[in-house]
Amino acid sequence: MKNNEKIIPMPLRYLINIVLFVVFLLVMNNLIVSGTIPKYYAGVISFIGVNIILAVSLNIATGYLGQLPLGHAGFMAIGAYTSALIMKAASGSATIFPFALIAGGLIAALFGLIIGIPALRLKGDYLAILTLGFGEIIRVILLNIDNVLGFTLTNGAAGLQKIPKTTNFLITFIMVGITCYVIHTMMKSRHGRAILSIRENEIASESCGINTTYYKTLGFVVSAFFAGIAGGLYAGNIGILSPSAFNFMKSIEILVMVVLGGMGSMFGSVLSATVLTALPEALRRFEDYRMVVYSLVLVIVMIFKPSGLMGTYDFSLNGLLDKLILKFRGNHTEKGAMPQEKKGEAAVRKKEGKLK
Amino acid sequence: MKKFLSIALILVLIIGCFAACGDKNTTGDPDSEESKPPVDDTASDETIKVAIIGCHTGQNAQYGLGVLNGAQLYIDQINASGGINGKQIKVIAYDNKSDNQEAINAFNRAVDEGITALIGDVISANTIAVVGEAYPLNMPMITPSATAAAVTYDDETDTVYSNVFRTCFIDPFQGEKMANYANEKLGAKTAAIIYETGNDYAVGVKDAFIETCKKLGIEIVDEEGYATGDVDFMSQLTTINSKNPDVVFCPNYYQDNGLIITQARKAGIKATFIGSDGMNGVKGYASAADLEGTVYCSGYAPGVTEAVKAFDEAYAAKFKTEPNMFAATAYDAAMVLCNALQIAEEAGLKTGSDEYKQAVIDAIRDKSADLECITSSGYTFDERNNPVKNAFIMKLVGGDEVYVETY
Repeated sequence: MKNNEKIIPMPLRYLINIVLFVVFLLVMNNLIVSGTIPKYYAGVISFIGVNIILAVSLNIATGYLGQLPLGHAGFMAIGAYTSALIMKAASGSATIFPFALIAGGLIAALFGLIIGIPALRLKGDYLAILTLGFGEIIRVILLNIDNVLGFTLTNGAAGLQKIPKTTNFLITFIMVGITCYVIHTMMKSRHGRAILSIRENEIASESCGINTTYYKTLGFVVSAFFAGIAGGLYAGNIGILSPSAFNFMKSIEILVMVVLGGMGSMFGSVLSATVLTALPEALRRFEDYRMVVYSLVLVIVMIFKPSGLMGTYDFSLNGLLDKLILKFRGNHTEKGAMPQEKKGEAAVRKKEGKLK
Repeated sequence: MKKFLSIALILVLIIGCFAACGDKNTTGDPDSEESKPPVDDTASDETIKVAIIGCHTGQNAQYGLGVLNGAQLYIDQINASGGINGKQIKVIAYDNKSDNQEAINAFNRAVDEGITALIGDVISANTIAVVGEAYPLNMPMITPSATAAAVTYDDETDTVYSNVFRTCFIDPFQGEKMANYANEKLGAKTAAIIYETGNDYAVGVKDAFIETCKKLGIEIVDEEGYATGDVDFMSQLTTINSKNPDVVFCPNYYQDNGLIITQARKAGIKATFIGSDGMNGVKGYASAADLEGTVYCSGYAPGVTEAVKAFDEAYAAKFKTEPNMFAATAYDAAMVLCNALQIAEEAGLKTGSDEYKQAVIDAIRDKSADLECITSSGYTFDERNNPVKNAFIMKLVGGDEVYVETY
């Protein structure tokens, strides 16, 4: 089929995306540093970045793997506390920050592995309950570990304070780019296809020789890793961590982002993380009604579009360019001879930056 | 149809998103002079903007709304009597839902709108998060309710945040007061504690209580914790009963304390219950007989002086409810702040400038002693910007919270 042909060659496709993303980063960063974008908006944009990473990472487990974990805030908490403790020990040195972030991600991934191996033998509701319990355990441990250890580590209910604020717009969005890139390429690879096949039909994929336990755990661990990274960014952004911020409702909030955007659509996750973070702020002048409007939007979307705003559709700039080129050529050669699109195109393909 | 709807919904969301970004362009335009005070002061010379940020919704809303109403009441009174040097005070009130992230967002937004001072935040954790942003800006701020010791100074480097003040007690102060009171007035020799482990307020008060008890020679016979959201305390209370303490210290919020005291009487505990200011409001949560004799310290006692009576009446007339303690401390915070603003205005400084903010901070610290406040006769601050004031001892008598003495 001529249609399957990619008109723009592969390296160029990546190049286009990377260039656009870098331009976006530089422009936004300049605007923020120069103060054209006031501090309030810059702050909200940074939090949007953190929420994008959270939503996109949960999307692996929920959207691509088809499971329902409710403990994402737990992984975020582990990453946040780990990198915050490292940053405090290093007294805010900027060179340590990337390592602190990665350490936060790795520890979260480790917990993802420990919890994932037994948890992923369960399905549906059982998995949801188990991960929910896990998230609560993390929170309670953070609250009480000081009493057990006998020295101050997490500072209990008062929370970890005076964390060096090393995160800024640039770091947050570089991490957003890396996260989306890694998850995108992973989902396009053999491993990603195996993960998708588990979502579609676990028994069928097992009969094709796919090691379902392995791939389920893999998806879960990657999801936990990026949640940890997001936690580290959150800590560096806000400067204070208290266990109550990582309660069950936080997990639900992230899940809402994924479900609203469309499970299995990275574009959807990015879009809804952006909108759901900006919406309460946008409605600040309607203070008394803002939570009502927020909830109402969720209810309406779920009634009329239960698969989420984007469904499983993913936006691809290059796909769009391909289509435009095809159309352009078609107009010049044989009018309308080119079929418009093929159904399978909806697959996962894209890089995030240009969306913003 | 479905497709149309989903497209429409997406559009609504995207427009909502742009509305957020567009805020500064569209609505910002009419008051652009106001929103950038350092650049153009023509508009802000007419009004002085003060932010009141706190949890106006969510589980701590009762505190946040008390603060909002109390501060608003005083500012309305000032505005009605002609404002400060002829300038009206404009209140910018933002909700933070007890969330640190929202607290910082709300503060940054208020700063972009050109505030000169902040009354808030309400919860200690939110306040600490905001102090991190406000200290570099040297923004004068008074919190009426954040009781954690680390709000006004950095407990690691021991540097005081010179711009941050409060009009409430700190946690350790209440623990010390109640230990002293138990020792001196109640003659307690043994004490038991039941506290909420997930609550920094309860933990802070409890730690100070234990420390002071050790100094005074009161024996702590039992220390029981419970988790946030627990409603059954029987197992802890049975253990406490078996140790037979003279007093039981409950440094928790009033809903929990009501349940604890009711269940404790069922478990057979005869001891006197003592508490901190979180006990305020407990009368609606346990029977008069169970509560009889319970004592706690409070930052506010209704109707003790003429000024307080006037405040109570004005508050009840305006908001149709009785004021709580935080409304009273917020009223004081607004009074201290307005006095400082007045002094800065009279010095002829440019509203919102750096010198102006410094003048306000200096005035809060040094010139608040002669004010007729309602929870304290004037405010003086110690080296860590904490108020030097007495506690009101309140006692439950016949189901009412009655003022006993100033201790």
